[in-house]
Amino acid sequence: MTTLSDPPKGGFRLSTLINDTRYRSYTFQFIVLIALIAAFAYLGSNLIANLKAAGLNISYNFLGEPAGYDINQRLIEYTSQSTHLRAAVVGMLNTLLVAVVACLLATIIGVVVGVLRLSNNWIVNKLMGVYVEIFRNVPVLIWILIIMAVFVAVLPQPREFRGDDATASMFLDLFAFTGRGFYFPRPTFTAEWAAGSTGYLIIIGLLIASFFGARALSKNATATQERTGDRPTTWYYTLAIWLVPVLVACVIMGLSWEIPALKGFNFKGGIYARNSYIALTFALSIYTAAFIAENVRAGILAISTGQTEAAASLGLRPSRTMNLVILPQALRVIIPPLISQYLNITKNSSLAIAVGYMDVTGTLGGITLNQTGRAIETVLLLMAFYLIISLSISAVMNVYNNSVKLKER
Amino acid sequence: MSDTNTTPVAFVRDAMLQEQTPPVTAAGPVTWIKKNLFDGWFNTILTLLAIYFIYMIVSGAFPWFYNGVWTTNSLAECREILQGKTGGCFSVLTERWPQLLFGFKYPSEEYWRPTIAFFLLFFAAAPVLFNKLPRKMLIITAIFPFLAFWLIWGGSLLVPVMVAVGLIIGYVVFTKLEYQSFAMGLIGGIVATLVVWGLMGYITDPLSGVLALEQVPSRDMGGFMLNFILGVVCVSLSLPLGILLALGRQSDMLIIKWICVVFIEFIRGVPLITLLFVANVVLGYFLPPGSNFDLILRVIIMITMFSAAYIAEVVRGGLAALPKGQAEAAGSLGLDYAQSMRLIILPQALKISIPGIVNVAVGLFKDTVLVSVISMFDLVGMIRGPILASTEWNGVYWELWLAAVLFFFPICYGISQYSQWLERQLATGHR
Repeated sequence: MTTLSDPPKGGFRLSTLINDTRYRSYTFQFIVLIALIAAFAYLGSNLIANLKAAGLNISYNFLGEPAGYDINQRLIEYTSQSTHLRAAVVGMLNTLLVAVVACLLATIIGVVVGVLRLSNNWIVNKLMGVYVEIFRNVPVLIWILIIMAVFVAVLPQPREFRGDDATASMFLDLFAFTGRGFYFPRPTFTAEWAAGSTGYLIIIGLLIASFFGARALSKNATATQERTGDRPTTWYYTLAIWLVPVLVACVIMGLSWEIPALKGFNFKGGIYARNSYIALTFALSIYTAAFIAENVRAGILAISTGQTEAAASLGLRPSRTMNLVILPQALRVIIPPLISQYLNITKNSSLAIAVGYMDVTGTLGGITLNQTGRAIETVLLLMAFYLIISLSISAVMNVYNNSVKLKER
Repeated sequence: MSDTNTTPVAFVRDAMLQEQTPPVTAAGPVTWIKKNLFDGWFNTILTLLAIYFIYMIVSGAFPWFYNGVWTTNSLAECREILQGKTGGCFSVLTERWPQLLFGFKYPSEEYWRPTIAFFLLFFAAAPVLFNKLPRKMLIITAIFPFLAFWLIWGGSLLVPVMVAVGLIIGYVVFTKLEYQSFAMGLIGGIVATLVVWGLMGYITDPLSGVLALEQVPSRDMGGFMLNFILGVVCVSLSLPLGILLALGRQSDMLIIKWICVVFIEFIRGVPLITLLFVANVVLGYFLPPGSNFDLILRVIIMITMFSAAYIAEVVRGGLAALPKGQAEAAGSLGLDYAQSMRLIILPQALKISIPGIVNVAVGLFKDTVLVSVISMFDLVGMIRGPILASTEWNGVYWELWLAAVLFFFPICYGISQYSQWLERQLATGHR
């Protein structure tokens, strides 16, 4: 019997390349590749011609040159004599500072609002709905500018704290909220060997160690529970693990607080957060919180009431129902959009340039670009920075998604 | 047993009782308030806080609106009228209204043109948005882009007409050649369009005065009109591009797939501002030397690429949600890739992804205000630049920002409500 599926045998013709499904996809890909290379070559040749005409070249040497401008809010040492690279790093840290704080704040506000939107209190429910809709449907840039204007207009200027007939006063004599920014007490360490940043690093190290200690303890407790059925009471051990090392370290290093005080025309001392930073962080938080609230609400609504009823029929108390049944399932729905909201916060923090906060877009993409005129290099670096953050956050998200995915067999 | 029914029994009721209103303790406004607002100490605190909050807002805002001044020419005059009372200087809105809408360079005697284009947009968008309207209205949709271009930018009517003619001829060629193969049709259509456009150039150049409106260069666009133009143009352009990217990402062809993946992930990973920087300062380096590309066009290119990447991800979600059997069934009917995509896969996948696409569109429309960062004078750019910097209105924040909020909120809220309505309409699945 002859097989009917033998491929037609014939000589190679040019039309085979486009008509034969075995070769067609290669033909298309080849054409696309050629077109892509041609496009890049065209753009590249334009670039070279334009650079030559402008007397420029692509070089990153400017990163080593002194920046020559000041950055008014910085986490690490920086003077106007520092290099452009250091200015960029200061900007990156500022971006991360805004992003991290705004993510935390947005999560807290968002979860609270999302839960309150499900409350059966009519007036609270409606109020939260109004908040969510108003903030979601107006551009974040407008919110940032509005909140900046509010801060400047509503909060007292430092001079109003002055004199006997002061119209404003410090909160608890520790915090000063002014139109120029917020001042907080700053912890300092008097022991000589712990001065500067060493003391902070030690505290951070201890906190990280405490975190792992507390986790090990909780794992141990779970193991005991699996073995014997009874969970040992561990909360005071956990508390001790968190508090004791830090407190002991504080005592040894001699903790003292540097409280902001009015000197001259402005407050001195303490931690100073500029109004641009406060406004940006706050605006990003409440804008994104509106989105997070919707995610949280959707996540909780996505869990069918049957789950709650089943848990109740098993005899679980409401708190345990929430912890063991509802939350683990709701989190699976909530976390992926939550993380993409974190990504949005990070990207939207580039709007800092509108209120004059010196994040990486303000330093590298703003002043450095204008001073050196190296548009291509700075914009490329800027994009690479955001790209790395975004890709690493999405990598984390993928790992998480895989770990909580419904395991179907 | 039987005689129990023969004599009427006095104590058995033979008529229905009248329905009674529920007792005051079980219904009525008081109970409703008790149940919904003061149910437990926690809810009571929340309610009191909420009422206090609303009271604060209303008591603060009411005199501000009530004493509002609408007819002065500067902040100083306005303050003189108010004499220290709380009140809004809304006259900044009445005085600068054209600037807020059209920017400060658009010739004022031509304001009617963008206004007409704006109202035509409703007729053009309606048949796309609402399936029940007569399909003939789609003709308006097809004509609208060319008409709107002519109205807003001016110049001879012949130019957009010729562009439209080129596209029509291209489409005719495409339908003629499509029987041979989709690729042939596409290539033939594109070539025909380009040839027609090339030929038309010779006709339109000498006849540039025919039916000509005064030409307005695009750097004169501004105000809310600029936001609107950017939003509408970029959404419409990014939709087809996004669908192509999504299809490319799903493709079996490795090179095409990776091009699409890299493009989408790159665009989604960087903020729009950096892309606008590219449009502003970098893109010029990559264009032929001496070419002077319009800034608004460069911005449109970048925003379109930006939203296309997001739309591609939404459409990819829709494609992934379709069961594989659909593609296999199409293949077993003998449809080729282009046919199965156009007739089977995309109609279903797009239906699933419409709400997501609408969300992207709302986000894009909100993002158009970012162009103010690269010193274009859109609504926010106008407020921050020419209006707040002018000597007359330096210091009027609240009224202007309230106006900005009121410009954006109804449109974005309306679109998202439409999206939810559409989602309900399209929910044909069994639940």
